[in-house]
Amino acid sequence: MPDRPLFLERASFHRRRLGDAARVLPVLTMLLLLVPVWWMPGSLSYAGGAVWLFGLWAVLIVVIRALHRALLRAEAATMRAEAPPGDPDAL
Amino acid sequence: MPFEALVGACLAYVALMFGVAYAADRAAARGHVRWLDHPLVYTLSLSVYCSAWTFYGAVGYASRSGLEFATIYLGPTLVFTGAWWGLRRLVRVARMHHVTSVADLISARFGKSNRLAAIVTLIAVIASTPYIALQLQSVRLSFEIFATDAPNGADAGAMGGTALWVAAGLALFTILFGTRNLAADERHHGVVTAIALEAVVKLLAFVALGVFVVWGLADGPGDMLARIARTAADPAVAEGWLLKPDRWTALILVSAAAILTLPRMFQVMVVEAADEERLHVAGWAFPAYLFIMSLFVLPIAVMGRELLPAGSDPDLYVLTLPAAAGQDMLALLVFLGGFSAATSMVVMCAIAVATMVSNHWLVPAWLALRRIPAPDETDDLRGFVLNARRVAILAVVAAGWVYHQASGGTAALAAMGLVAFTGMAQVLPAMLGGLLWRGANRKGAYAGIGTGSVLWMALIFLPSVGVGGDLPVPPGVDPWTAAVALSLTLNTLAFVGVSIFGFPDPVERLQGLSFVSAVEPIRHSRMLRADDRAEPLLAMARRVWGPDAALRYFQAEARAQGKTGYLPDLTPRFLTRLERRLAGSIGSATAHAMIDRVAGGVALTVADLLQVADEAQRAKEETQRLEAAQAELTRTARQLRQANDKLTALSVQKDAFLGQISHELRTPMTSVRAFSEILKDPDLTVEERGKFAGIIHDEAGRLTRLLDDLLDLSVLESGRAQLTISVANLHDLITRALAAASATRPERGFLIDRDLPSEHLGLITDADRLLQVLINVISNARKYCDAAHPVLILRVRHPEGGGAVIDIVDNGSGIDSGRQQLIFEKFARLNDPARAGGAGLGLAICREIMLTLGGDISYLPGQGGAAFRIQLPARPPVPSG
Repeated sequence: MPDRPLFLERASFHRRRLGDAARVLPVLTMLLLLVPVWWMPGSLSYAGGAVWLFGLWAVLIVVIRALHRALLRAEAATMRAEAPPGDPDAL
Repeated sequence: MPFEALVGACLAYVALMFGVAYAADRAAARGHVRWLDHPLVYTLSLSVYCSAWTFYGAVGYASRSGLEFATIYLGPTLVFTGAWWGLRRLVRVARMHHVTSVADLISARFGKSNRLAAIVTLIAVIASTPYIALQLQSVRLSFEIFATDAPNGADAGAMGGTALWVAAGLALFTILFGTRNLAADERHHGVVTAIALEAVVKLLAFVALGVFVVWGLADGPGDMLARIARTAADPAVAEGWLLKPDRWTALILVSAAAILTLPRMFQVMVVEAADEERLHVAGWAFPAYLFIMSLFVLPIAVMGRELLPAGSDPDLYVLTLPAAAGQDMLALLVFLGGFSAATSMVVMCAIAVATMVSNHWLVPAWLALRRIPAPDETDDLRGFVLNARRVAILAVVAAGWVYHQASGGTAALAAMGLVAFTGMAQVLPAMLGGLLWRGANRKGAYAGIGTGSVLWMALIFLPSVGVGGDLPVPPGVDPWTAAVALSLTLNTLAFVGVSIFGFPDPVERLQGLSFVSAVEPIRHSRMLRADDRAEPLLAMARRVWGPDAALRYFQAEARAQGKTGYLPDLTPRFLTRLERRLAGSIGSATAHAMIDRVAGGVALTVADLLQVADEAQRAKEETQRLEAAQAELTRTARQLRQANDKLTALSVQKDAFLGQISHELRTPMTSVRAFSEILKDPDLTVEERGKFAGIIHDEAGRLTRLLDDLLDLSVLESGRAQLTISVANLHDLITRALAAASATRPERGFLIDRDLPSEHLGLITDADRLLQVLINVISNARKYCDAAHPVLILRVRHPEGGGAVIDIVDNGSGIDSGRQQLIFEKFARLNDPARAGGAGLGLAICREIMLTLGGDISYLPGQGGAAFRIQLPARPPVPSG
């Protein structure tokens, strides 16, 4: 009995890849926050550092928001694709 | 600002909070939870992370250490980048198990062990007390700032009492709104809504101050950056502001851990969350909140240094800066912002820690002391739990106040916050391991949390209160970072190491499966001892929830099982659900123990665990069986459909057959009738009479042949044909067939081409039937071969396995490929004018005969003329039946 299909519909494939992106994001964030400070702490400690830090931070917030919206849309699309037509419980 | 006015403003603000909390609780009680459940309210309640430590301390931190202050907010941001797969899962699992606190989560995961929860509670209490003291201190300090400005407020007694008054007020608020009910889901709508409002006040106050500093005191962002650069040019400042990568990393990791493990954060983020959906918004909105709170910290710190006299406390720049600039209203707003930051933290922390204290210390102790209550005893456990929680709230807040009084309130604010963070961070390895690794077990958790907390005590907590010194480290290494790294590393190693060599007990393994795979937990079925146990369970639930709620729940469960009344069957499913709902009120360990005691639980064994696995396996097999059955049904349906199609086709064919037969029979019949009529005429001559009688005789003969053929065919088709099996020489049969067929169109001289030696073959078959086939095929050839010099070729071959293959080929024009399939059908006469009285049944009969003999007859295309192949088996089939 096949528990999970070998290949997915376009909608669920897309959702899985977005899920992968959501897993990668924390790792990427950590690298972006830590590596520059280990690399050149001197030039990131003062006014320039403030611009770098808050710029990065703002970009992160936008990215999380975009990712979550895309994931929600993809989930809705997957549910639509998987729900049989005429099912009243389906979205 | 006058002290009295300040107190008045505070009281008005507090009254507003009480009002909001009261209104929200009433709305929730009436079922109006829509807006209370809004993701925005949830996001704002998360901002309880920004306590007075943030509000006042961040600026002080930034003025001492520059950008390093931001790590405290970057850690949570880092965690929230993983909100989608990490936090959602945490919330889902915690909601599934009705977890009431971080200690309860650990306890539930590691086999519902109350001792483990009690240890985590101890760490939480030790870490929270100075943290609460810090909030009280910040409120007292902020009062002092304003009191020095007041002409008649320099009353030391009033100052000293501030912290006490604040503590008392907060304890009252928390008791009023935090212990109203003991519902199965531990949610406090009133408190959360008030906290959300406080979050708005905090944010507004801080942003207003930031805007005033950047655009009022400085000349916008560009000027601000220039001032930051100018301040950093001071070597003393530059030294402090220089980022230390090791500290930077450790601080980000510790604050990331703190957002997950701090009791108050766990309370608002996990326990108060209705479901994991709200993290979709909070995932980006909470980092945005932290971003805005952090944005103006450095500007305020820089302007404070520039404008305020040297020696002012940087922890209080947020208050002294607007006051010095003569912005009284702004200062009041900032004061209220700081006040709300402190109060919201104390309230939430008190609720969270008091829940832990009452669920993991007081209630188990009380139950242990009371021994086993009689099943019909109606003591009010609910009242005891609520009172225990009230006492715990009082105790927690009082401990904070005592600590504040004892410490004298001189330590730098930031230090206390970090001490609490690192303390709770010691829970993180067990928590993460428990959620992600099925191999993690209780002994490992004991070892990890024990090692970590002892090291934290010795290296971080005690030095922070002046007992013992810093960790001796090589120069260039930050002692705090080294202590954090050492405690967390050894903690993790102990946890993993002991887990690897341990073997968890069955309850723990069940819970581990449920937590790691995020599947519904199952309670084993061994504990069902008797059917009359539902009533004691109801009595027990009544003790925890009160009579009405318990009855409602039992009735709903009974109805879900399809029963009427109040007593559901004790199915494993019902027991699991009941235990989890009870766990929502009194913690999983206590709920487990109580149900075991009342329902007569038997200790779970490894065998039971395997049985659970067996049941799962059986369920899976059952599913597979059903699927197979369904596939079988589908197959049968398809076969039935095919059979139906065939029947329909046969019916059509039968109609056509009847039509054909009628036609074939009517033609000779018509002649017979017509000529009989003529014979009645007395004027006929003898010759005419003889001629007409001859015609009638011929037509009657044709009818008889047709009917003979039909009968023959019908007997053959029905399988009732009697075979007379004998041994015959094929050569003789062919010779007889040629002789018999020569009567057909005898005027045509055929050249017969035979291969005599191969024909001498003994056959075991019905010789007469085979002869009939041979005659028919050879006659057909004689009838239809249109060559000028007709030649008939007969070849016999001996296939492997016995039998014979007879090919009969003429040199005529053959049969069109389109008709080759038709010639074996009944009445399939080729439109040939030369047909001699045949009814078109000959080849159909041949095929039926050959099939009956176990062979076949087929048309061979591409032989230069009409060619038939007759195949015979070595011996005829045994008749069936």
